[in-house]
Amino acid sequence: MENWPILSIITFTPLIGVLFILLINAEDEIGRRNIKLVAAYTTLVTFIVSLLIWINFDLTTSSFQFIEQYRWLSGSITYHMGVDGISVLFVILTTLLMPFCILASWHSIKFRIKEYMIAFLVLETLMIGVFCSLDLVLFYLFFEAGLIPMFLIIGIWGGAKRVYASFKFFLYTLTGSVLMLLAIIYMYWQSGTTNIVELFNFDFSTASQTWLWLAFFASFAVKIPMFPVHTWLPDAHVEAPTAGSVILAGVLLKMGGYGLLRFSIPIFPIASDMFSDFVLILSVIAIIYTSLIALAQEDMKKLIAYSSIAHMGFVTMGIFTFTQQGIQGGIFQMLSHGLISAALFLCVGVVYDRMHTRSINAYGGIVKNMPKYAVFFLILTMANIGLPGTSGFVGEFLTLLGVFKVNTYIAFFATTGVVLSAVYALFLYKRVFFGTLQGAETKTMNDLSYREFYLLLPLVILIIFFGIYPAVLIDVSAVSVENLINNYNNALLIKG
Amino acid sequence: MYYAIIFLPLLGAFISGFFGKNLGARNSEVITSGFLIISAILSWIALYNIGFNNDVDYIKIILFTWLQSGNLDISWVLRIDTLTAVMLVVVNTISSVVHVYSIGYMSHDPSRQRFFSYLSLFTFAMLMLVTSDNFMQLFFGWEGVGLASYLLIGFWHHKESANNAAMKAFIVNRIGDFGFALGIFAIFYIFGSLDFDYVFNNASSFVDTNINFLSFEINSISLICFLLFIGAMGKSAQFLLHTWLPDAMEGPTPVSALIHAATMVTAGVFLVARCSPLFELSQSMSSMIIFVGATTAFFAASVALVQNDIKKVIAYSTCSQLGYMFVAMGVGAYQIGMFHLFTHAFFKALLFLGAGSVIHAMSNEQDMTKMGGLRSVIPKTYTLMIIGTLSLTGFGIPGIFGMAGFYSKDAIIESAFMAHSSVASYAFWLLIAAALMTSFYSWRLIFLTFHGKSNASEDVIKHAHESPYVMLLPLVLLALGSIFAGIYFYDSFIDHSWKEFWGNSIFVLKSNHILEEIHHAPYLVKWAPTIAMIVGFIISYKFYIKNKDIPFNLSKEHDLLYNFLYNKWYFDELYNFIFVKPTMKIAKIFWINGDENIINKYGPDGIVRRINQITKRIVKIQTGFIYHYAFSMIIGVSIMITFYMFLSGN
Repeated sequence: MENWPILSIITFTPLIGVLFILLINAEDEIGRRNIKLVAAYTTLVTFIVSLLIWINFDLTTSSFQFIEQYRWLSGSITYHMGVDGISVLFVILTTLLMPFCILASWHSIKFRIKEYMIAFLVLETLMIGVFCSLDLVLFYLFFEAGLIPMFLIIGIWGGAKRVYASFKFFLYTLTGSVLMLLAIIYMYWQSGTTNIVELFNFDFSTASQTWLWLAFFASFAVKIPMFPVHTWLPDAHVEAPTAGSVILAGVLLKMGGYGLLRFSIPIFPIASDMFSDFVLILSVIAIIYTSLIALAQEDMKKLIAYSSIAHMGFVTMGIFTFTQQGIQGGIFQMLSHGLISAALFLCVGVVYDRMHTRSINAYGGIVKNMPKYAVFFLILTMANIGLPGTSGFVGEFLTLLGVFKVNTYIAFFATTGVVLSAVYALFLYKRVFFGTLQGAETKTMNDLSYREFYLLLPLVILIIFFGIYPAVLIDVSAVSVENLINNYNNALLIKG
Repeated sequence: MYYAIIFLPLLGAFISGFFGKNLGARNSEVITSGFLIISAILSWIALYNIGFNNDVDYIKIILFTWLQSGNLDISWVLRIDTLTAVMLVVVNTISSVVHVYSIGYMSHDPSRQRFFSYLSLFTFAMLMLVTSDNFMQLFFGWEGVGLASYLLIGFWHHKESANNAAMKAFIVNRIGDFGFALGIFAIFYIFGSLDFDYVFNNASSFVDTNINFLSFEINSISLICFLLFIGAMGKSAQFLLHTWLPDAMEGPTPVSALIHAATMVTAGVFLVARCSPLFELSQSMSSMIIFVGATTAFFAASVALVQNDIKKVIAYSTCSQLGYMFVAMGVGAYQIGMFHLFTHAFFKALLFLGAGSVIHAMSNEQDMTKMGGLRSVIPKTYTLMIIGTLSLTGFGIPGIFGMAGFYSKDAIIESAFMAHSSVASYAFWLLIAAALMTSFYSWRLIFLTFHGKSNASEDVIKHAHESPYVMLLPLVLLALGSIFAGIYFYDSFIDHSWKEFWGNSIFVLKSNHILEEIHHAPYLVKWAPTIAMIVGFIISYKFYIKNKDIPFNLSKEHDLLYNFLYNKWYFDELYNFIFVKPTMKIAKIFWINGDENIINKYGPDGIVRRINQITKRIVKIQTGFIYHYAFSMIIGVSIMITFYMFLSGN
């Protein structure tokens, strides 16, 4: 067990599934069914294997674990994998959400199923790779390559305006990435290494830290997304198929937050300190501004997309407090939001499959014929507005607790987000579920099918479980975050 | 035992909520009600063990770690001291009574399982609130009861007004919680812990420290108290954050009795009592609490004078009585405030459930002007309502005997008088005025509903009937409480043995002798509430029995004042104008102008357009004529040659 390249196994298992799918003929119904089955089993196996790293994870050390390092491109660029308390849970989140994506697409994807499943499995490999790689070049490879399958998923299987949305998505993220690539090249020139662990100990001058930080930030800010580079997300969500939205909100957004924790703070501590107020202010703007915009939305997916941006605002805010509670809260918020937003998008998918519209006005009073669905959606709504007892509360609470120490203005305004989220979420719930049934079509809608029910149930259970016993997740990141903050403070001390 | 008290309601909610369909409505009712009755009986035992039996001061049961991050370390704990035990008794007693009552009241509703599940869920959240041992768990219960209240107000979700009321209740409460949450952050910032024991034991060492909050230099303890009190104002529907409570009457009547009279709305009072070690240390905050409490008591009573909806009158009455409790908290008489909370739970639940019985009899009519003469139709309900009214108005003879409300309410008024500060005397006069108005509107309710001629349609009268015993029996229990809860518990709550009874659960400064001082109140002060009550009764009798033209003429003559009161001081309109509408407008502006017209137009869309323009121009250069290409080649070559010439020249 000790010497197994377990991270590589997890990362590349989905590609094995891809190999099998390539061999299957998708011309007939049986073939298509087999393709779906292969995809489902592959993601499930990946998830189960990935649990091994959580079980075997050593909570007492902040150093990287399950390390693999092989010669790769030239001497100094190596294939270097490993996880620590910050990244390990993101790997699990990714592998956990993938089976849901496959199952959610079971009936709703009507054409090119083979390519669709391949795109998702490749995407899974790339996403896991992002969270495991300990080499800048390797990281960049996974980080950027992930754009391609996502671009295709939106562009081919998306809604009416899918081409516009996918180009917008690509344009935004690529702009950020180009800057990051330049930064990586510059870092290699300066330090002679792309090994992340070595870079932690390399002192960049204050001036170069500033520019490098900005370059990385451009890329991460787009991914998160932060105000004002967030406008790609609502469009991407609206046009993406359900599973695409799930993975976009559930995992892809988290890469930005993860990047800040993995690169910006440990490698450029001085610059991080310098820009912390800037990030805090952007975060608060995001929380208030996008919450208000969510209030005005007529499209269910757009509303949830805007609420995602607000919730990610708490993440960036927490991270840039440089406090134990803030950063751990930020990490927890990302994990929790991964579950909640994924489940919410699955929920929207449920009614979309029935009515083929996401317009809020088309619904109303559906609690009558979909009571089970209404219960799930209610729990998720409550989780979304951070009701204590759900996982949504813990992250918001910890980040706010952290930021209060740093800046009471930021804490004050960010806490208004708690009120605003209640407003837009309950307003949505009321319009969709309560009142009288709209039109004849909604009356014929059936409650959750078995597949849908058991798709949502585990997510809802996890959301409540992590709300009551979040220690399970929080303890994982404790030591690594402590170490992160210590190094950051030391760096600031040395510079004076 | 303590596990059973707290988790039986949760179990009931779970069973009825998820398996209610299979069990059937009757089984769900029996299970949830049965569990609650067990809980209630055990709660009384707990109160006896902790309050009256002085072996144990308090009990702490640590369940498991909630979360731990840096120096923040929080566990799920059940803490049961006298303060908690009193609340356990109130919550579980009223809740079990309401459960049983609802079996009759909701018997025609198709989704009873859901209703009973919500009721039990609410009870559980309330129990978590009162048994908390740290601010975070308190917040859990705090928001949990908010959720349950939201669900129950909007229980009849086909009604648009019910949905809106539910939303309003949740959101206004969240505004209060906004302050509460900030208060918790401030506590953690100052104390580095959220555990009650740690915070309360160390509070005195932070008395003279200041904290910078939004650039203000504020005393740390005062800031914490201020923020927590905002939360309490939201939950307990105090002045400015009260607007949700009257609307909440859209829910089924048993809900109003349980949540919006006896338990949830008193959570704010409980919070202040629980944090007495903090509030005792802040003079300025105590004054603010007195001010807000007294204003609320007066304001709500004035609005109740002219309302015609039977439930709205009682709702405003609740609001007003909560104001009384806060005044007691503010003058440092926490025990008296808790005493009033305790007695109020009985008689207000009695009044609400009695009103429910009336509504039930009148085929869901709530407008009192369409009732009248019901005394002979539903005599039992009438008698019970009279008992509730007597208790609410504080009927009694000082020094001899009185109803439950008499002991607690008069003590509050006396304590306001004896506190000897300007804001306390402001409170004293407002409370006396409110007592007069309370008596007036309570009797007005009785006279309009039960006396005079019937104003209902014949159809309704024909169907009018006394409620079944499953509804009346709970009322009888509450009536007993409304009569005897005062005289029986007076001694332990606020008189000679209060020290042994409360133990360390309520903290008062050494210099705070308010409980002794109220005995030295002047004779006139002791009689003032009684006089106010009698005057209120006489006016009401004159207006609604003797000469029924007076109220009509008065409202015509002073229509400005009448409309002002009838429209609840225009708070809803004001809030609509300054908060709701602008928010929606800003939301639209941000979306259309911010995201679409600025960021998108000059961001991605703008870039795409610009690139399109440029490429179109470049395309034009590709003409296809060889001499064009040859010409550009010549130019290119000549530029290159010139460039190299300059380069080598240097």
